[in-house]
Amino acid sequence: MTALDRLSRPLEITAAWALALLWASPLLYAFWAAFHGPEYAVNFDLAAPLTLENFREALAQAPFLRYGFNTFLLVTLLLAGQFILCTLAAYAFARFRFYGSDVAFALVLVQLMVTPEILIVENYRTLAGLSLVDSISGIALPYMASAFGIFLLRQAFKSTPQELVDAARLEGCGVFGVLRRVYIPLAKPTYLAYGLVSVSHHWNNFLWPLVITNSVETRPLTVGLGIFGAPESGADWSIISAATLLSVAPLLIAFLLFQRQFVQSFMHAGIK
Amino acid sequence: MRQDTLRHVYGWLLLTPAAILLVAFTHYPTVATFINSLFSKGNPIRPSRFVGFENYALMMEDPIFWKVLGNNAIFALGTIPTSIALAIVMALFVNSRLPGLGLVRMAYFTPTVLPMIAVANIWLFFYTPGIGLIDQILGLFGLPGHNWLGDPDTVMPAIIVMTIWKEAGFFMIFYLAALQNIPAELREAALLEGASRWTYFRRVLFPLLMPTTLFVLINAVLNSFKLVDHLFVLTKGGPDNASNLLLYYIFETAFSFFDTTYGATLTVVLLLLLAVFALVQFFLLDKRIHYR
Repeated sequence: MTALDRLSRPLEITAAWALALLWASPLLYAFWAAFHGPEYAVNFDLAAPLTLENFREALAQAPFLRYGFNTFLLVTLLLAGQFILCTLAAYAFARFRFYGSDVAFALVLVQLMVTPEILIVENYRTLAGLSLVDSISGIALPYMASAFGIFLLRQAFKSTPQELVDAARLEGCGVFGVLRRVYIPLAKPTYLAYGLVSVSHHWNNFLWPLVITNSVETRPLTVGLGIFGAPESGADWSIISAATLLSVAPLLIAFLLFQRQFVQSFMHAGIK
Repeated sequence: MRQDTLRHVYGWLLLTPAAILLVAFTHYPTVATFINSLFSKGNPIRPSRFVGFENYALMMEDPIFWKVLGNNAIFALGTIPTSIALAIVMALFVNSRLPGLGLVRMAYFTPTVLPMIAVANIWLFFYTPGIGLIDQILGLFGLPGHNWLGDPDTVMPAIIVMTIWKEAGFFMIFYLAALQNIPAELREAALLEGASRWTYFRRVLFPLLMPTTLFVLINAVLNSFKLVDHLFVLTKGGPDNASNLLLYYIFETAFSFFDTTYGATLTVVLLLLLAVFALVQFFLLDKRIHYR
């Protein structure tokens, strides 16, 4: 290590922390605004009294609890559907070299690029034909057969040792027995990673839910927040901050608690 | 023989549920979008009829189309290189033994788990003229305020800064994963040879990170076409389309102006752009094997 390098180490630590502070500040600011009266929105007086008034007001002005419930239903329904459909499809691709499987797999991968929100016009028409406009299943349906999920699970299933499969078949397991007893248990880390990525993606998704919903009973949090935060809604700044925090709280808390799993899941899902 | 037939049956049966949904919401709408783009907009008096490539000719003369396409390029060029550079710096920081490492990593990564809508809500207040945080801070130094989102010259930069804040931490993850796979001996060897840390980064680390950079770059470009949520809160594409992006313009055309055939025409352009970048990815990422 050169002398210059020895000197640069404390500098590097300072820079890392300065950048971290800068990166944290917008969110910290939102917390500040949400927990203080509007008169302190730009007045950073540490002695300012804390208040929950903004949260109360936000909940009174818009049904955020209902939106939260809708989002919860949406991500649960979607995840369950994705796990089932993607497991079956991935099992087909990993285990059976069936006629046309290569072409079929290439066609599946098209969805990695052409995600449903790009085709909003046609997909809206399709769902209108199915009378599923303004329903939670309508938001979920286009995303259920996820190419990303099929791809990740196929990779995981392919690395399952053949000896375990053979052993299970000797024990008398059929096609689904092998899937349930051998493939699925061994792919648990992939399910966790995919689950976290999928839940955070759909918790945050906006454009498609905006297009397909138009009532309080189906609107997810992001759409509710988008309507609430629009300048023409006339809501006060501190209240918007409180509403924003309410909307992101469940996911943010989950992230802070399971930070390692989140980071590792995103890594795992991104690299495969 | 029977076993062999069963293989095909099982394969297709297992695939069918997913295949139906994929065809219904990806392949069919892609084809339908193209077909629709060849028809005129219908109204109660004159039903929609086949017009060939007329919509495309109209699009070529639509100044807003060219404006949003340019904006998409500015948005991508403004956000991606800076985000990638910051992501590398962040990954290097987080990968070194740092006091309070967990907190630093959390600060970098947290914006990634927030919805773009929430991010826009938070940043809206920073940019609000007069009472917004930036103008208040400028006021402390006696500088005049500015309507950041209302001025065509500053609206894109303002949105770009916000997007960098949101995206850099996400890209950091990929670099972090790559850095953890680089053997420590390389660094020791380089330092033993008397290389400075900057030389080590420039000559050893950066080239080794090249496959990651390519991967992140292409995905970031693809993603930049899909990222429009913030426009709903911040600008609605304005002022005068100065911040409008292609996907938002498609949304406006189809759901505000109810011109679904022109919306379809614009969607075909978006699909073609995505296809080009996906092909680039396919051929460039194939090359990453040579780096290994």
